[in-house]
Amino acid sequence: MRKLILATLLLLGPTTLLAAGGGVHLEQANIDLRDQASLQRGAKYFMNYCSGCHTLKYMRYNRLAKDLGIDEITLRQNLIFGDAKPGDLITNALRPEDGEKWFGAAVPDLTLEARLRSPDWIYTYLKSFYVDDTRPYGVNNVIFPLVGMPHVLGNLQGRQEAVMEPAHDPGAEPTIKGVKLVKQGSLSPQEYDTMVRDITNFLTYVGEPAQLERERLGRYVLLFLGFLFILAYMLKKEYWKDVH
Amino acid sequence: MSAEKTENLSWIDKRFPLSETWRNHLSEYYAPKNLNFWSFFGSLAILTLVIQIVTGIWLAMSYKPDATLAFASVEYIMRDVDWGWLIRYMHSTGASMFFIVIYLHMFRGLLWGSYRKPRELLWMIGVVIYLVMMATAFFGYLLPWGQMSYWGAQVIVNLFAAVPVVGDDLSVWVRGDYVISDATLNRFFAFHFLLPFLLVGLVFLHIVALHHVGSNNPDGIEIKAGPKGNRWSDKAPADGIPFHPYYTVKDLMGVVVFLAIFSYIMFFNPTMGGMFLEAPNFQPANPMLTPPHIAPVWYFTPFYAMLRAVPPMYGSQFPGVVVMFAAILILFVLPWLDRSPVKSMRYKGPIFKIATAIFVVSFVALAWLGIQPASDLYTLLSQIFTVLYFAYFLLMPIYSSLDQTKPVPERVTS
Repeated sequence: MRKLILATLLLLGPTTLLAAGGGVHLEQANIDLRDQASLQRGAKYFMNYCSGCHTLKYMRYNRLAKDLGIDEITLRQNLIFGDAKPGDLITNALRPEDGEKWFGAAVPDLTLEARLRSPDWIYTYLKSFYVDDTRPYGVNNVIFPLVGMPHVLGNLQGRQEAVMEPAHDPGAEPTIKGVKLVKQGSLSPQEYDTMVRDITNFLTYVGEPAQLERERLGRYVLLFLGFLFILAYMLKKEYWKDVH
Repeated sequence: MSAEKTENLSWIDKRFPLSETWRNHLSEYYAPKNLNFWSFFGSLAILTLVIQIVTGIWLAMSYKPDATLAFASVEYIMRDVDWGWLIRYMHSTGASMFFIVIYLHMFRGLLWGSYRKPRELLWMIGVVIYLVMMATAFFGYLLPWGQMSYWGAQVIVNLFAAVPVVGDDLSVWVRGDYVISDATLNRFFAFHFLLPFLLVGLVFLHIVALHHVGSNNPDGIEIKAGPKGNRWSDKAPADGIPFHPYYTVKDLMGVVVFLAIFSYIMFFNPTMGGMFLEAPNFQPANPMLTPPHIAPVWYFTPFYAMLRAVPPMYGSQFPGVVVMFAAILILFVLPWLDRSPVKSMRYKGPIFKIATAIFVVSFVALAWLGIQPASDLYTLLSQIFTVLYFAYFLLMPIYSSLDQTKPVPERVTS
């Protein structure tokens, strides 16, 4: 037990909050939760490219459809695969133990990924895959080293290679400075950026569906409290004018 | 008042002292007329306690204290429960705001010398309230069952294991298991639900004690000892004004400002940049995966920094645990440490003022250090500030009697 205490206290040590890739520069996603077209595209990309393995198991299809302005027919025909109903949570058929077997780690649920890591992290992550023949799926990621996931969007983005920074000290491992596109995929770099931004936007929405409503309501509440303050201030002044 | 109303009231008053209570504690409770900004935090603390209890009950209607369901039930509240996100953010923001209010309320006590005779018991009940509040917050923090909930609780419960001889058994007894588990979650939920009602009782005692000795004020002068007679009564203190309506309307103004700050955080920045809701807590608890950096929520960090500042002795963290708890328990004896002839900071001399400034800086610095990852420099700084924190109290009998105080006026100043 002593050891456990010591171990726990020692764990208080290391730095970064974000597990993988501390200190790596993140690109700004510049998302806009009010851009419903972008969110709709993000939902489409997610369902087509991500949902085979990743779930959004705290989110319901019909909530998403309502917030994103998607009618039920479109939802059923284009976004729901399999026999799920609109009121169901967004899960998939991948068993956790299979995920572990195939990718080396359980496939994470992505409902709260944007809140856990930040939208910028997701955006940068999806742009940071590079070719690495030592990995099972032939790719690695700059901000998530030794990632188990294949580059699902590889055919769209193309082939990226790592740009290495020579090691300062002799014998040290060279570090990765960034990535460069060596062979374009079916999308241009601009198109790919937009696609990744749409996915990031969508996942940010999914992380907190009430965000826009929260900010909209907050303005009214603050406005109300502003008026109430004037009244409270005048009331106090009136009562206190005979206190000297 | 209509005849019928008077009749009803007298029927009640014969059986329950309703009018008498109203008079004794509101309309004829005379508070010093010179109370300033710092006096808002008492009523704000009650307001925050009510917010926490009401939102807490509503959260409990949808929350599931079960290790396999807890995390999902919080997300269910955030997404599927009508206004669930608002109730949840009110509760999570309220927790931090409660501590901010209480820290300012306690600091007000330091400024005005509100712990001095005859308010020693009032102060001590307050310290008990603070301890119960910390326990409530600690139990509550496990409930969302995120990574930080889990590992934070793991670290704190392991402190009990540092107690010599019985430590291991004690920590198992607290958890109800060898690790933080479903059993721990269940009992923490039970305590998190129970303790706020104990707090209500303690707040009641706090107010009974306050109204018995009377409110202090920025001058630290006893208005009850001064001349008698004001507009409302011949026997009331001349410098007193009825709490109602004077301070009810003034506190209402404070409440509106407080709610505006509260709402701004709740609606526009509910995580407060990861301070009120920490990012790792958006990942479900995973006993097999230790987060790279575990830090308690900000309101515990000064004491956490002290814990880390004390080096293990004979392979045991126990001395650190003792120091951490001593930092809170020392507040109980504060009334007897201050030997200054005056109460309020206004009339205290330069030594006491400088000592208090150093104390405040130490407390804030420790709070910051408690969030940072440990490093040699930070450990050294934590040690220095821990020593300064304790020196403020332990040396107080000496410097408070040496200090050059200013003359205290006969009557309160406005």
